[in-house]
Amino acid sequence: MAELPIVEIRGISKHFGEGPARVDALRDVSLDVFPGTVVGLRGPSGSGKSTLLNVIGCILEPNSGSMRLNGELVYDGKWLRVDLRGLRLEKIGFIFQAHNLLPFLNAWENVAVARILAGASPAQAKSRALELLSYLGVERRKDAMPGELSGGEAQRIAIARALANDPRIVLADEPTAALDSQRAGAVMDLLRKVATERRTAVIVVTHDEKIFDRFDRIYSLRDGAMEAPHPQAA
Amino acid sequence: MPVTGRDVNLALKDIRHNLGRFLLTCLGLSLLLGIVLAMVGIYRGLILESLGLVRAAGAQVWVVEGDTRGPFAEASRLPGDMRRVVAAQWGVAAAGGVSYQNVEAQHRGRTRRLLVVGAQIARPGEAPLVVEGRPIQRSRYEAVSDRAAGFALGEQIKLGRDTFTVVGLTEGLVASGGDPVLFITLRDAQKLQFDLTPAAARREAARTSGAAGTTDTVNAILVQLLPGVDAKRFAQDIARWKHLAALTQDEQETVLARSVIDRARRQIGLFTSLLLTVSTVIIGLIIYTMTIDKKKSIATLKLIGAPDRRIVGLIVQQALAMGTISFVAGAALINAGQGYFPRRVVLEPADAATLFGVVLVVCLLASALGVRTALKIDPASALAG
Ligand SMILES: Nc1ncnc2c1ncn2[C@@H]1O[C@H](COP(=O)(O)OP(=O)(O)OP(=O)(O)O)[C@@H](O)[C@H]1O
Ligand SMILES: [Mg+2]
Repeated sequence: MAELPIVEIRGISKHFGEGPARVDALRDVSLDVFPGTVVGLRGPSGSGKSTLLNVIGCILEPNSGSMRLNGELVYDGKWLRVDLRGLRLEKIGFIFQAHNLLPFLNAWENVAVARILAGASPAQAKSRALELLSYLGVERRKDAMPGELSGGEAQRIAIARALANDPRIVLADEPTAALDSQRAGAVMDLLRKVATERRTAVIVVTHDEKIFDRFDRIYSLRDGAMEAPHPQAA
Repeated sequence: MPVTGRDVNLALKDIRHNLGRFLLTCLGLSLLLGIVLAMVGIYRGLILESLGLVRAAGAQVWVVEGDTRGPFAEASRLPGDMRRVVAAQWGVAAAGGVSYQNVEAQHRGRTRRLLVVGAQIARPGEAPLVVEGRPIQRSRYEAVSDRAAGFALGEQIKLGRDTFTVVGLTEGLVASGGDPVLFITLRDAQKLQFDLTPAAARREAARTSGAAGTTDTVNAILVQLLPGVDAKRFAQDIARWKHLAALTQDEQETVLARSVIDRARRQIGLFTSLLLTVSTVIIGLIIYTMTIDKKKSIATLKLIGAPDRRIVGLIVQQALAMGTISFVAGAALINAGQGYFPRRVVLEPADAATLFGVVLVVCLLASALGVRTALKIDPASALAG
């Protein structure tokens, strides 16, 4: 791998609370994620997986360490970039455990809204949304409201939304937890396809042992600290 | 106002998603705003009506009792023969004595409150513009009534001890309290006044004045001037007489507006601000609950990267939409129901525009709570569960 990592984390620590109530959610975590790879984050409940994902997504400010996203140093003891939402909008796609589609928008609008927020015209956003929906095989559900979608369909729409602005990084927190193993496999296939075809770095938090063999690498967290990585036999 | 494009306006989409609740709230609000509009309209109607009577008198100068601003704002009593004195002044084209009294009359088994105007035939103060029938021609027992009183032409009405025949009808002449106006001759009016005064007070009056003919009093003398005579100058000249005061027509209208209308203005102003406060609270609560219901969506939008102004725009637009829809519905309601009000409702475009502006400000105020809540939502909360 001669390419530079898209996500480069060095010595990140994060704790909640102070004194006896203090919880060290992340202790001196370092991590590199390269373009075109799908990386897994595992570990017991409370080990800090979501916390790490939130730090990478610039939603949560760590207490120390440094972080480089797509070559830009965004955190070094403090945020170096003011417009974190703008950064997220352009560079990062989020996929949640519960799909988190906006209930008042239909499928294609849910995808288009991310594009519109990034400044696209409504017409442009719509055509991009429809393109993504067909890429993910849910085009015929484009006019359905979130409440009318099955779990697998909703999750694909959510993936389409995460991809709307061609992000360099896709962060997924237990994206398959609500799906049966067949659909979980299909979602993982899609994430793999995205990584390969778009050179995106995909980071997936999961408990789900059934999909462990789908990752290029799996990192394990325990009590906020990173254990030695398990390279997957390809 | 940031709008996310015509295709995906988040505010409108969310409203459509909760259309029932939104429209129900708008319905309630439109009733409130309709009442506000109606009150403002009634207030305007009140001004028009009370000034109507003063204007219809057709006078340029009102001569009243000294040191008073009568006859509407304060009681004013003048000896009837002062009319001849005033009429003899230089510059006077015509002068007429008038009296005003509130009377209850029995009509078809119901008690009617009337403002009885006593005026002299063919002199200033007599019924203007009789729309049906004819003006009073005989010196006794004829009346010209306003349509609002509900009397028919030729109908007999008993007032005091006398019976009057309605010979003519006017339109839109009511007292500032809303009572219809009935004209009779000054002489009949003076008799009526005497008849209606309690016996004891009558004896007292006779004893103190010590003479007969004390019933010849008027409340004001209305003066029309010759062309080119300055009303203000004339009024000043009259005021030099110790027991007389004089107001020009303009002054009379101002006095009336201040005294009679000010109270109504204060009451209506109070109710209007109360209703607007209630509207603010309602809009605020609904917008707040709508925001709470959208918490997860707002967190998601922030997480994706929506800037705060989009989120604020979403909430403020909903509040403004609620205010606008309610206002329009309320205005339509009042327009449709205008004829059913017991009082005249005059909707002036300027008043409606002002109220609409106030409603928009109210919406902005009301959305503050929702906006505050929305801005505090943590984007990370979108990830939880
Ligand atoms: N906002 C917060 N305030 C206080 N403590 C927190 C907060 N968020 C997380 N923690 C704590 O930090 C630790 C790591 O939490 P985190 O959510 O990252 O775990 P996780 O690995 O995602 O667990 P799970 O598998 O249950 O989702 C936990 O002990 C948790 O209680
Ligand atoms: Mg978690």
